[in-house]
Amino acid sequence: MADYEQLDTPSVVLRADLQRLFDSLHARGYETIAPRVENGAIIYDEVTSVDALPAGWTDEQEGGFYRLEGRDDGALFGYTVGPQSWKRYLSPPIRRLWQARKNGDGFEIVHEDAPTPHYALIGVRACELHAIHHLDDVYLGGSTIDADYQQRREAAFIVAVNCGKAGNTCFCASLGTGPAVGPGYDLALTELVTEREHAFVVTVGSERGADVLADVPHRPAAPGEIDLAEAIVAEAARHMGRTLETTGLKELLYRSFEHPHWDEVAERCLTCGNCTMVCPTCFCFTVEDTTDLTGQSAERWRRADSCFTTAFTFITSGSQRASAKARYRQWLTHKLATWQDQFDSLGCVGCGRCITWCPVGIDLTAEVAALRAEEIGQPQPEAVLEMA
Amino acid sequence: MATKRKPRLAVWKFASCDGCQLSLLDCEHELLAVTGQVEIAYFLEASRAVMEGPYDVSLVEGSITTPGDAERIREIREASKFLVAIGACATAGGIQALRNFADVKEFAAAVYARPEVIDTLKRSSPIAEHVFVDFELRGCPISKHQLLEVVGAYLTGRKPNIPTHSVCMECKMRGTPCVMVAAGIACLGPVTQAGCGALCPAYGRGCYACFGPMETPNTTALAAWWRDELGVEPIDIKRALRTYNAGSESFRKESEAYEYADH
Ligand code: SF4
Ligand code: SF4
Ligand code: SF4
Ligand code: SF4
Repeated sequence: MADYEQLDTPSVVLRADLQRLFDSLHARGYETIAPRVENGAIIYDEVTSVDALPAGWTDEQEGGFYRLEGRDDGALFGYTVGPQSWKRYLSPPIRRLWQARKNGDGFEIVHEDAPTPHYALIGVRACELHAIHHLDDVYLGGSTIDADYQQRREAAFIVAVNCGKAGNTCFCASLGTGPAVGPGYDLALTELVTEREHAFVVTVGSERGADVLADVPHRPAAPGEIDLAEAIVAEAARHMGRTLETTGLKELLYRSFEHPHWDEVAERCLTCGNCTMVCPTCFCFTVEDTTDLTGQSAERWRRADSCFTTAFTFITSGSQRASAKARYRQWLTHKLATWQDQFDSLGCVGCGRCITWCPVGIDLTAEVAALRAEEIGQPQPEAVLEMA
Repeated sequence: MATKRKPRLAVWKFASCDGCQLSLLDCEHELLAVTGQVEIAYFLEASRAVMEGPYDVSLVEGSITTPGDAERIREIREASKFLVAIGACATAGGIQALRNFADVKEFAAAVYARPEVIDTLKRSSPIAEHVFVDFELRGCPISKHQLLEVVGAYLTGRKPNIPTHSVCMECKMRGTPCVMVAAGIACLGPVTQAGCGALCPAYGRGCYACFGPMETPNTTALAAWWRDELGVEPIDIKRALRTYNAGSESFRKESEAYEYADH
């Protein structure tokens, strides 16, 4: 994927021909997962027709606030990220690992043999592609490989989309994770909606991406179209609703272990776990064994967990992070500091989900700014340079 | 194994609506499969046959509301090895714990023609206030799935998998967009224990807290957000906290903070 040499000239696919992309992916055996409106939000679900995409919708986001609004240009990708992320498909929140059945004096293990789903993930944003790479680090980068993740991941076809609009809780520009899509996609689209045309500038990122594009009517992009596509993304970069200063972030958090600000956050935090559940990079899970009433069969399940639950750190002497303060501190410190020691990167891609979907609007960028500002005797950070 | 006596199961009722026992009856398919392993020794809602104690597992539905109840629960405890309180009544006092916030005599006078024959306690209280409870199974009513999990865990001698975290965790696993964030609907999910699978949010409604307070409920912060950001009236905050689990400590305390709210 990543070693594919990019074609020099992007192509243009008309809105009217986009269905052919879905059709080609189907013909190749992919289940197409794409944005769709449900219960007042844009979620990722199976979408087989371009007409089911959220045409003419956009979103308004704030801490603890999300509303869909109409936009009059009929854009198909004119919104930012919603409550779900692609980890739902690459690492499902609940999954049976195996079963055991009694036979005679012993028991036999029944392995899961469901075929690997082949997903085409359509509409992956820049921050989300980075988040998938973080999941790769976690599940594939260590000494133990998560085989289920590996199979899903290798099978997945990625259609990335450059953001033409930045959300009010987005801050990918501060982290260098967006809004322009980086490497790792099969095809990348930039949506152009002008007086003259509704079309997509398409960049090919892999051999199989090229094969799929070959099935879709396209022509070389004109220089004006390429410039316009770049300008749209640059404009999105200028309108990030949030910023996060990353200089010395790890050291700041390590110095702040006993910072009084954690107590202040703990008063507001519900320890509900929504932030970790919506975060596209949070990967924690627990493993549970169940038995049926007759005691003849047992099952082992893997279920999403969160450092906001008390069970997460439960050992014989009880939960090791009993206070809300300890749990919020763990979340923020892992995302922004210990993750760097663990995986050589930030654990945050600046998608803003944890801000929008926190039921009480707790904002990690504001908490970090408060830790910085309240740090006695420390120099104040310089303002984040806006991307040109 | 052959000489081992089958575990005896008993089901007891105190002040309650019988809804939790109905959840148990709803398990008939699964229970039939274990008739070889378990003996139903006492379950009046299902059978009139009554077997003497002691009992290996007692499931107790309902709250303690009369002096007679307070006596009877002690006898049941003495006759039971493993006692499970089931449902909001048995674990928090139930909807009838609303009397705890008022004068029960006034209620009796308003409801009964001859209130003097009513022998009732001032408060409706959970089983654990009277005797040692081995396990509390929440819910109004309890979830059939969780009940089978607790009984199955007991029979195999393992710890039941009953999470005590928020409903939000289930809501997100299910993939439901949060009704509070996406629609401004007041939802008790963040302070409520999981167990229902986030049923109400999946149908566009806020959580009613059927499963009672989660492990570390920050009711104060949630109520403040409802009031300041969602525009919920203080009296409605009080009412939301005063339902089936009104008697649980965190809900009671928070509702009392809004006690004198009149709008
Ligand atoms: S920490 Fe928040 S902003 Fe960062 S990637 Fe996770 S959900 Fe997105
Ligand atoms: S922030 Fe918490 S839930 Fe997320 S990856 Fe870290 S420890 Fe796990
Ligand atoms: S920060 Fe917000 S979403 Fe996260 S646990 Fe606290 S209240 Fe819930
Ligand atoms: S709808 Fe309710 S239960 Fe679901 S995430 Fe939102 S606050 Fe939590």
